[in-house]
Amino acid sequence: MLKTKKWHPWVFVGPALLILTFFFVYPAVATIWRSFYGSGQELFGPNVRHVGLANWRYVFTNPTMTRALRNNALWVGVFTPVTVGLGLILAVLLDRVKYERVLKSIIFVPAAISYVGASIIWRFVYAYRPVGLSQIGVLNALVVALGGEPQGWLILRPWVNNLLLIAVGIWIWTGFSMVIFSAAYKNIPRDLLEASRIDGANEFQVFRRVTLPLLRPTAEVVGVTMVVQVLKVFDIVYVMTNGNYETEVVANRMYKEMFNFFNYGRASAIAVVLLLMLIPFMILNVRRLAGQGGVQ
Amino acid sequence: MRKAMLVLLCLVVFAGVGFSQQKTVYVMHGWPGQQAVAFAKVVQAFMEAYPDINVVTEIVGRDRPAILATRLAAGNPPDVSPIPWLGLMAEWARAGYLVPLDGLVDVSEQIPALTPLGYVDGKLYGTWQSANVKSLVWYNVKAFVEKGYQVPTTWDELIALCDRIVADGGVPWSIGLESGAASGWPGTDWIEDIMLRTAGPEVYDQWVNHEIPWTDPAVVEAWEKFGQIALNPAYVLGGPVGALTTNFGDAGAPLFTDPPQAYLLKQATFIQSFILNQKPDLVPGEDFAVFPFPPIDPKFGTPVLGGGDVSVVFNTGGPLNGTREEVITFVQFLSSVKAQEIWARELGEMAANKNIDPVATYPDPIARAAWQMLLTADSFRYDGSDLMPGAVGAGSFWQGVLDYVSGVPLKTVLDYIESTAVDAYGY
Repeated sequence: MLKTKKWHPWVFVGPALLILTFFFVYPAVATIWRSFYGSGQELFGPNVRHVGLANWRYVFTNPTMTRALRNNALWVGVFTPVTVGLGLILAVLLDRVKYERVLKSIIFVPAAISYVGASIIWRFVYAYRPVGLSQIGVLNALVVALGGEPQGWLILRPWVNNLLLIAVGIWIWTGFSMVIFSAAYKNIPRDLLEASRIDGANEFQVFRRVTLPLLRPTAEVVGVTMVVQVLKVFDIVYVMTNGNYETEVVANRMYKEMFNFFNYGRASAIAVVLLLMLIPFMILNVRRLAGQGGVQ
Repeated sequence: MRKAMLVLLCLVVFAGVGFSQQKTVYVMHGWPGQQAVAFAKVVQAFMEAYPDINVVTEIVGRDRPAILATRLAAGNPPDVSPIPWLGLMAEWARAGYLVPLDGLVDVSEQIPALTPLGYVDGKLYGTWQSANVKSLVWYNVKAFVEKGYQVPTTWDELIALCDRIVADGGVPWSIGLESGAASGWPGTDWIEDIMLRTAGPEVYDQWVNHEIPWTDPAVVEAWEKFGQIALNPAYVLGGPVGALTTNFGDAGAPLFTDPPQAYLLKQATFIQSFILNQKPDLVPGEDFAVFPFPPIDPKFGTPVLGGGDVSVVFNTGGPLNGTREEVITFVQFLSSVKAQEIWARELGEMAANKNIDPVATYPDPIARAAWQMLLTADSFRYDGSDLMPGAVGAGSFWQGVLDYVSGVPLKTVLDYIESTAVDAYGY
């Protein structure tokens, strides 16, 4: 047998570590460092300006930023339970339907559409035309057909427009969530469900007492994935409202500070906040993998 | 003077031939497609007129300010670059990167309203390549004739016309503020144009440079005048919601339905191509035409808001204030009648030379009218939102327009923009 020398593992881990250092650790450290400096010109020019905690104060006190932070919380609070819940219900219900494959495919299609594409589609759905002109948006066409007044949906702040943006996210991600739940549901041994039915449980009790506990690990994985997706939400907001009318989110603000205002320091501070928000969920995911024996 | 100069230039040319040295002018621009072709034609005409001078054109479509800044820092800038950033021009001039052109380039043929904007601290640094005009109101000529409406020449007449259209059961304005991630910018043009007319060019400059706050009465008045139209549900197609949700490019279409859904559209010269794209049968000048956005305070007359490109000469260490004879020859040629006619004819853009032949240059009467407006303008000012720091001019100003039109109180809007301005200007 070949004797393992101390340096042997490094040969295998080394390249991965190098790549990680270069593409993750270095940018992360540089971003944190930059978050204490002024805008781009000041960072690279002759007047390098250390601004202390000013960028951080901005992140947590500027009204647009606090609005963005609150909206991100709203996205997490609405988007996550709805995608997880709808995905679960659809998976269990469609299991009993004859045309399951077709229906599941239809519901899954939005997951294959890019964020930008989906956002453009939904902009048309929410489109507004003045009273009296023919409505080109499906939603307003329905409202008018039912005798209502057309609404400028995306400017109805702050609840309607934010919830309508979140609805686009839900439309994109529910299919994904459903497919994962469906796979997990089909892995539940049928005899378990049979046994509970023979013991006299009705369908609701079977779902509540047997199916749900067995799907719990899946729900956790899907839930964490959804939270990670939604905290980074950018494209939908960028395309549909660009954060106007109180729909700003953290990632869109970061983009504006960086590429529109060239304020590298602030954009970096926002990026770090986004990273910090994501870390707990990353840890959760790693722990779960470890618990399942995937990682020692 | 001009003749003497030409003789001098000819001498230079012959001298060049005599020494059989090929002289080269390096020019960098950022124009895409059609404009690049037009510029190439101008360059070609130059090289025909001055066979001993070679012109090397470099096209940098993206991030030109950053690339120019890098080249300046490295000490190898191009000789000439037409740029649309007057703020950068001033910055570079003060840093000594630019060649003062006083006494080298003759700008007496330039449209008078444009010339002052080429100066920094009393010295000439930029000559105008071309300009565009924003202070235009577009209208449906046939509908106006049919209803007996007159083109308004004052703000009061404009409001009277609006009221008359409303009384006739029509809607005066089509406004489109939506523009994807840049939504709000058409409203900034409104406010700038109004401000030039209520407060005058000097106060306008102070506002653009943030020497007066956004809460200053002069600024408040401009916003309120804009609100007088944009916030009035009877004046705007679809009311404020219509203005917010209509794309700027689609705002022209309602003027040409039968009967017209709206009668007036305030937009820059470029909107003509949008209108013709949607309604290819319309004839400019017959079916639609423009009138100047009317003056408000007679003291300030009819100013023109617009944009454009100025050619600046970079200091490359030559004997003439830091540049070379052939570069000056080229810059002088760019503003000559010949070059300007080529440029304007190719693109329909506004020539900066006042001696061009408008009839031969502009085939359509709208471009001619816009050019006439520029020629007779009481003052010309660059689009302010383009001159402000990005966080204001392409950030809170746009957002503020949308907030104001969607019903946020003006004080809240202006307080917010002021807070971002203090932050972005640093004072």
